[in-house]
Amino acid sequence: MNELLELITQIEQNLAVSVRLWIPEICLVVTAIALLLQRMVFPAWRRGASFIMFVGSVAALAVLIWQVAGQSNAAGSVGAFLDVLRLDQLAAFLRGLILLFAVLFSVLTWLTHWPRIEDRGEFYVLFLGSVIGMCTMVAAENLLLVFLGMEMASLPSYILAGFEKRERRAGEAAMKFAVFGAAMAGVMLYGLSLLGGSLGSLDLPTMRANLTALASHRDLHGHGLSLILGTLMVVAGIGFKLSAVPFHFWLPDVFEGAAAEVGVFLSVISKAAALGLLTRLCLTLLGTDQASAAGLPGPLIPFVVGTLSLLAAVTCTYGNLAAYGQTNFKRLLGYSTIAHAGYLVMPVAAAVAALPVSQETARWAVASMLFYLVVYMFMNIVAFAGAAFLSRGAPGEKIENYSGLVRTAPGFVICLAITLFSLVGLPPLGGFAGKFAIFASLASAQLWALLVVAAVNTVFSLFYYVRVVKVMVLDPAAQSLSFSLPLSSPQGMFLVLTTAPVVLLGILWQPVFDLVCRAAGCQ
Amino acid sequence: MAGLIFLSAIVFLPALGALILLFFPASAETAIRRITLGITLVVFLMTLRLVFPGDGPAGETLLERSIHDVRFVAGEPGYQHALAVPWIRSFNIEYFLGIDGISLPLVLLTSFLSLLAAAASWSVTKHVKAYSVLFLLLETGMLGVFLALDFFLFYVFWEVMLLPMYFLIGIWGGPRKEYAAIKFFLFTLVGSVLMLIALLMLYFASDVRKLPEEARRQSLLSSEVMVKSLAPGDKPLHTFNLVALAKLGQMPDSPFNEPAWLGKSIAWWAFLLLLVGFLIKVPSVPVHTWLPDAHVEAPTPISMILAGILLKMGGYGIIRICYPICPQGAYELAWFVCGLGVVSMVYGALAAMAQQDFKRLVAYSSVSHMGYVVLGLGAWSLVPGVWDTQYWKMGMNGAMFQMIAHGISSAGMFFMVGVLYDRVHHRDLDKFGGIFGKMPAYTALAIVIFFAALGLPGLCGFIGEVLVIFAAFSYSRVLAIIGASVVILTAGYILWTVRRVYLGAEYRGPHAEALTPLTLREFTVGATLAVAAVVFGVFPQTVFHYMAPSVNRTVDEMAQWMKAVSVNVVESAAEETPEKVRHESTVVLDNLSSEVLEAGSQR
Repeated sequence: MNELLELITQIEQNLAVSVRLWIPEICLVVTAIALLLQRMVFPAWRRGASFIMFVGSVAALAVLIWQVAGQSNAAGSVGAFLDVLRLDQLAAFLRGLILLFAVLFSVLTWLTHWPRIEDRGEFYVLFLGSVIGMCTMVAAENLLLVFLGMEMASLPSYILAGFEKRERRAGEAAMKFAVFGAAMAGVMLYGLSLLGGSLGSLDLPTMRANLTALASHRDLHGHGLSLILGTLMVVAGIGFKLSAVPFHFWLPDVFEGAAAEVGVFLSVISKAAALGLLTRLCLTLLGTDQASAAGLPGPLIPFVVGTLSLLAAVTCTYGNLAAYGQTNFKRLLGYSTIAHAGYLVMPVAAAVAALPVSQETARWAVASMLFYLVVYMFMNIVAFAGAAFLSRGAPGEKIENYSGLVRTAPGFVICLAITLFSLVGLPPLGGFAGKFAIFASLASAQLWALLVVAAVNTVFSLFYYVRVVKVMVLDPAAQSLSFSLPLSSPQGMFLVLTTAPVVLLGILWQPVFDLVCRAAGCQ
Repeated sequence: MAGLIFLSAIVFLPALGALILLFFPASAETAIRRITLGITLVVFLMTLRLVFPGDGPAGETLLERSIHDVRFVAGEPGYQHALAVPWIRSFNIEYFLGIDGISLPLVLLTSFLSLLAAAASWSVTKHVKAYSVLFLLLETGMLGVFLALDFFLFYVFWEVMLLPMYFLIGIWGGPRKEYAAIKFFLFTLVGSVLMLIALLMLYFASDVRKLPEEARRQSLLSSEVMVKSLAPGDKPLHTFNLVALAKLGQMPDSPFNEPAWLGKSIAWWAFLLLLVGFLIKVPSVPVHTWLPDAHVEAPTPISMILAGILLKMGGYGIIRICYPICPQGAYELAWFVCGLGVVSMVYGALAAMAQQDFKRLVAYSSVSHMGYVVLGLGAWSLVPGVWDTQYWKMGMNGAMFQMIAHGISSAGMFFMVGVLYDRVHHRDLDKFGGIFGKMPAYTALAIVIFFAALGLPGLCGFIGEVLVIFAAFSYSRVLAIIGASVVILTAGYILWTVRRVYLGAEYRGPHAEALTPLTLREFTVGATLAVAAVVFGVFPQTVFHYMAPSVNRTVDEMAQWMKAVSVNVVESAAEETPEKVRHESTVVLDNLSSEVLEAGSQR
């Protein structure tokens, strides 16, 4: 009887702490409800939806920052809701990134006047649902929550992809996306159950303990095959969210068909959440300390490293090469995000490779991935915001339509050019600092072959990014072009404010790097 | 204090100027041109201030002295005005600038040619504001490359000058400008990516803690890194400090000697990657193909900068980074470097001879002339047992001098071609002739400069070439003889060009009426270059006075490394004593020397 009471008290206490730490997401839920009510209660308040969305996401971000700032490092890791969520520094950082994106996203949609005022409430509600799913993904420490988070993040994005109802291409893209997504969700679920079944638990730390115990038996009690299949299927499921090759088929069509605003959403935080999940799965299952990582069954770590390296190398190379032939700017950016997914998986491979050798190196690799994510977020926001402004103001989305744009919109083109060169990875821009950090993590984990692939890809990527700049700057102006966007307009100011971090992160990146180091737990 | 921030001021003044120009209305073309010229002039005067004669306030050490005085102390091999401030602590990256005898002449050359190129930029009439902004950013990048002593910082500056160059060729270039611009961009980026891999290899193999304390102090580490390195701990302390990396590379038990791949060491691979990266810039055959296109399409002032300064970055990188940091790779690959140098010399000269286009001819002459630089840097003529560094020093000094000389003569040649092109709008060698009659002053200046490129004694081209050939002779007679005979080819194409363009009865090509005498501005630019060609040809000491101590020190350090490595082999063998082992050790030594001789005699 006493034990039961004690358990109940424990649950109560845990619940209180958990709910307190989950306030940012609760804020988002409240925002979503407010958005739904606003349509009914104040139908005349036309800008209401954008306003509520902005205030809600800022509040959520503020609460999160306040909570993290008040925390000491040691108390940074809480197993919330009876250990199904691990609210540690890594989760806090990624949730912060996702919420920061939500804030910027609300501003962006405000400025691009898309979607139409009437549809905006629903649009934001769907977006918020997906964001909450992503916050769950990056914190999940239980396979059930992993799947729940994934689906919660995915389902609204299928609808968002087809949100432009009058656009035929958008409908087709959403259909492809949904069908492919459903299939991949099935694969992922199968993989998760194989892993959970063979390791006898859904709780990641317990699974790791069981894995270590299994390692002492010869031939893993016959679980070898299910472990391998399970790993491959889970990687496939996450690979779909990351749009890694060969799970990328949906992406170019979706990016071409859907609005640029949806593109930036899919390319930035969807990937951030998937990477957070991948990192947590790898690091929790394969060892939180050196000894246990070294005690794992022999070929397990090389197998995971090999799978991830191959995935990264193929994704990166394919994305960069396939981008060559593109004539549609949004589709080109789609391939560029495929390539960047490849760069982003590389440090995760490096982290796993370094696990048995040095925890410190592994943490550095995670930190470099997080740092690149930050830079990547700003770069993609500028690029897609540019695409969004262009698709409303310029005739067509073909790159050739933008020829000589620098004559009519010089400030706009300079911002876009800076970002595109940053995506190539040229100093002194943020893209270079991020790539440098990733390359350094590969070198320190001794993954030289992958480093060479990454380096060669940098050269590949030069052509198609520069081609866009070339058309805008070097080519003679098209007669019909009347697009202009002065930097003093709100849209221009938004571009300047999001381009500034791209430049600053290439020159003064120590403060942000300290932040990601803290999130990854480096000393 | 002035001495500490002086170099930073030199580097960032053009960038600041570019920032100021952004606020000018694009229509104020004359004002923008004048401001650009003014800024390059101020930068040139500031660099000139470095070599102002006279004694500054005395200080105990070189460094203390250079804190109070901006003057460069000649005859000192060490770094002056060094400033190291932590930049990115997570990777021990420092903002580290410093100047020594190797970088000083190149910095002066950069500011000098930038000034002349800015003066030659009056011929650019399209989008003057954007042109000036990019031009000034380019100057910041170039000065930064020559002054950075942190490998990461060096890399950043190296890349910073890529973008302005891409646009300067791509917007203001000739008919095939876009092709030329992207080709230049792509080749250079390949080189930089190779450099980045080598940079990471060296960084993760380095450990400041392995250096003896004296060497750490000499490496001018920032106080913060110094403190870190003294604190107890067993984690390796990686560094990008070029001086520290060189000291690490020259330790007998250098961490870079660890085997890396295919039985070769880290030093070997890093050397190869860096070498290819720098050779693309030099450029050397077979990675030279970007150069004729870029040079031909670029506008005249940018061609001057390309040939005069950008190519020198490759040579500078080899002498500053490749050799001191990876002496082992350099030693094993000396035959490769020298071979490429000679092939470039011959190929460049032959290709120049076959050109119809005046500017293309000058571009290929650059390939040929920069071949001398590669040969001079590569000729590792030190033989174990003899330890005579005289010829090696001669080669390195000759290569460095050749870089300065070529900077003047090639910029001059491009300017001379540009002057003609501005008037008659073609560059076809067969349609020239008789320019002497129409433009006598111009022709006189042009002939001085072309003869300087030819290597006529008394002009600047001669000194570097002759020193390099002397040095090569003691490394390999075959290479030296081939190299020396290239002078004949050079004389061939230059004299032929002079005959076809300047001599002859009269000009029969298009736009004959446009052949007006030089304007005052053009005359000033041309005459300055011609005077410089004569001065450096007659008084090469003016350059060697500053340069030689640092170059000689670089050679001496590498010679010491080689001695230490050879002695180590002997000693460690001697400790194990048995006769057989001792015999083997002498065999090792013999092999070392015979390898050099063989490598020499085969070529």
